Amino acid sequence: MSAEDTLVRPAPRGKDAAQAMPGGRAAYLVGALCMVIIAIMIAPLLVSVAASFKTTAEAAAIPPTWFPHVLSLDSYERLWSYQDGLPTYLFNSAGTAVLTILICLGLTIPAGYALARFPIPGKELLFVFLLLALIIPYQALLTPLFFMFAELRLTNTLAGLAIIHTAIQIPFSIYIMRNSFEAVPRELEEAAVIDGCSSWQVLLRIYLPAIRPAIVTVALFAFITSWNEFLAALVIMNKGSIFTLPLVLAAARQETSIGGTDWGMLQSGITIAIIPCVLFYVLLQKYYVSGFLSGAVK
Amino acid sequence: MYASRRARLTGLLYLAPALLFVLVFTAWPMVQMAWMSLHSWSIIEPPKWVGLANYLRAWNDRQFWTSLGFTLEYTAWITPVLIVTGYLLALLVVPNTPLRKLTRAVVFVPVVIGLGVSSLLWYWLFSYDFGLVNRALVDLGVVAKPVVWFGEDANRAMWAVITSIVWKVVGFGMLLFVAAMQSIPQEVNEAAMVDGASYWQRVRRITLPLTARTVLLVTLFSIIGSLLAFDQFYLMTAGQPFNKTATSVFWIYLNSFPYLKLGYGAALSLVLAVIILLMTVAQMALARKTHA
Repeated sequence: MSAEDTLVRPAPRGKDAAQAMPGGRAAYLVGALCMVIIAIMIAPLLVSVAASFKTTAEAAAIPPTWFPHVLSLDSYERLWSYQDGLPTYLFNSAGTAVLTILICLGLTIPAGYALARFPIPGKELLFVFLLLALIIPYQALLTPLFFMFAELRLTNTLAGLAIIHTAIQIPFSIYIMRNSFEAVPRELEEAAVIDGCSSWQVLLRIYLPAIRPAIVTVALFAFITSWNEFLAALVIMNKGSIFTLPLVLAAARQETSIGGTDWGMLQSGITIAIIPCVLFYVLLQKYYVSGFLSGAVK
Repeated sequence: MYASRRARLTGLLYLAPALLFVLVFTAWPMVQMAWMSLHSWSIIEPPKWVGLANYLRAWNDRQFWTSLGFTLEYTAWITPVLIVTGYLLALLVVPNTPLRKLTRAVVFVPVVIGLGVSSLLWYWLFSYDFGLVNRALVDLGVVAKPVVWFGEDANRAMWAVITSIVWKVVGFGMLLFVAAMQSIPQEVNEAAMVDGASYWQRVRRITLPLTARTVLLVTLFSIIGSLLAFDQFYLMTAGQPFNKTATSVFWIYLNSFPYLKLGYGAALSLVLAVIILLMTVAQMALARKTHA
C-alpha cells in the first residue's frame, strides 16, 4: 500500500517528466528543428546575396548555380551606373526616410507632450482624431492624395512621398509618444517649473532626455516604413530620376540585358536595400520588439 | 483660472501641428474620396457629377468581382497557414534558451525587410529558368522539368506568393504568440504537470485557451494585411494570367493611376475601405480586451 502510494504519487513523476525534456531525446529534436528553421529562413537571403557576387555570365546561367564559382563585383558596377545611377536612388530613398523621420518626430513629440501634460478641452476626442489613419488604409487614400499632390505640385518630390509615409506612421508614433510622456514622473517637471522654466524649456531639458527610447522607436519605424514602402512611391513618382530604391529595382526587373532580366544586378540592388534594415534590426532589436508589441495592441 | 487657460492654449499650440497634418493629409482626403467617387474625375478634364454611376459600374464590372474574389481567396488560404505556422514556431521557441532565442531572432529578420524587395527576391527564386526553387525541385527529382510558377495558372501563382509571404511575415505572429505564451503564469503549467498532463494536453487545455485573444488578434492582422495585398502580386505575378491574380488594391491602382479614372478608383477605394473598417473595428475591440 505504501509502496504503491509512492509509486503513483503524481508530484515527483510530473517533475521528472519535465526535467527529462531538456536532457533527453526531445532536446535533440528541438535543437535539430531550430537549426532546420534557421536554415530555411536564412537560405533565401543567403542565396540572393551570394548571387549578387556572381560574374555576369554566371548570373545568367541556366540552370542557376547555387553559389558563385568566382566572386565578382560586376553586378554592383552595373547597378552603380544603372540609368540615373545608384547614388541618385540611394539619395532619394535615404532623403525620403530622413524627411519622414524629421516630420514624424517634429509633429509627434509636441503632440505627445500636449496630450500627456496639458489640460486640453476634448483631449480624448482629439487623440482619437489623430489616430484617424488607423481606420482607413492608406492604400485607399492614394487616389485623393494623388489628385491633391498633383494640384499642390507635390508629385515627383521627396517631400511629397515623405508626407504620405508620415501619414502612415502618425497613429503609431502618437501612441508611443503619449505613453512615454505619461510615464515620466511629474516631480521632475514640477521642480523645473519652480526653477522658472517655461513649458518649452521643460520639454527640451526634462522630457527629451527622458523619452529617448520613444524617439528611437518612432525614428526606427519611420525609417523602416519609408525605406521599404512601395505603392505610394509607385503612385506619386513617375520620373526615373526621382525613383526610390524599390521603384528602380522593380523597373530593373523588366529591364533586359542579354535577352532577359539582369538578375545579377537585381540581386545586388536587393542586397543593398536589405542592408540598413538588417543592420538596424541587429543594433536596435529591443526597440523593434517593444515597438511591434505595443503597435499590435494599440 | 488665468494659468489654466494659458495652459490649455499652450497645450493646443503643441498639438496644433499634428492636428493640422492629420486634417490635411488624412481627414480631408477621406472626404475628397467620397466626393470624387460621385464624379467622373480625371486630371485632364473638369470633374462631372455622375451620382452613383461609379458604384453601379463597379457592380457590373467583371474585373472588380474577379479581383475581390481572388483577394478573398488569397486571404482565406494564407491566414490559417500563417496562424498555424506562427503558433507552432512560437511553441517551439517560447522557452528562453540561447538556441531558441537565436531562432526567434532569425525568424523575425524577414519582417524588417521591405515587402517590395522580398517580392523581387522571390520572383527570382520562383523564376522558370533562373530560379533556385525549380533547380532544387529538379535536382531532388520532385518534378521532371521546371515549373512555370507565374503567368500560367492562377492557383499555382497564388501558392508561390503565399510561400513568399509566409516566409516574410510569419515572424510577426510568432513574436506576438511568444509574448502571450510567456505571460501565462508558470504555476498554471506546473500544476498541470503535477497532474500528469502531457505536453500536447497542456497546449490544448492551457496554452491555447489562454492565448486565444492573441490568436484572434493575429488572425485579424493577417486578414486586413491580405485584403490590402498589392506589392507581392504587382511584382511577382503582375496580375497574370488574364488579371486573375490582380487583387483589389491592384485593380484600384490600375484604374486610378495608369488609366486616370480617379472617380471610379475613388469609388472602388471607398468600397474597400468600408470592408477594412469592419475588420479594424473588430480588431480594436479585441485589442482593448486583450490589453485590459
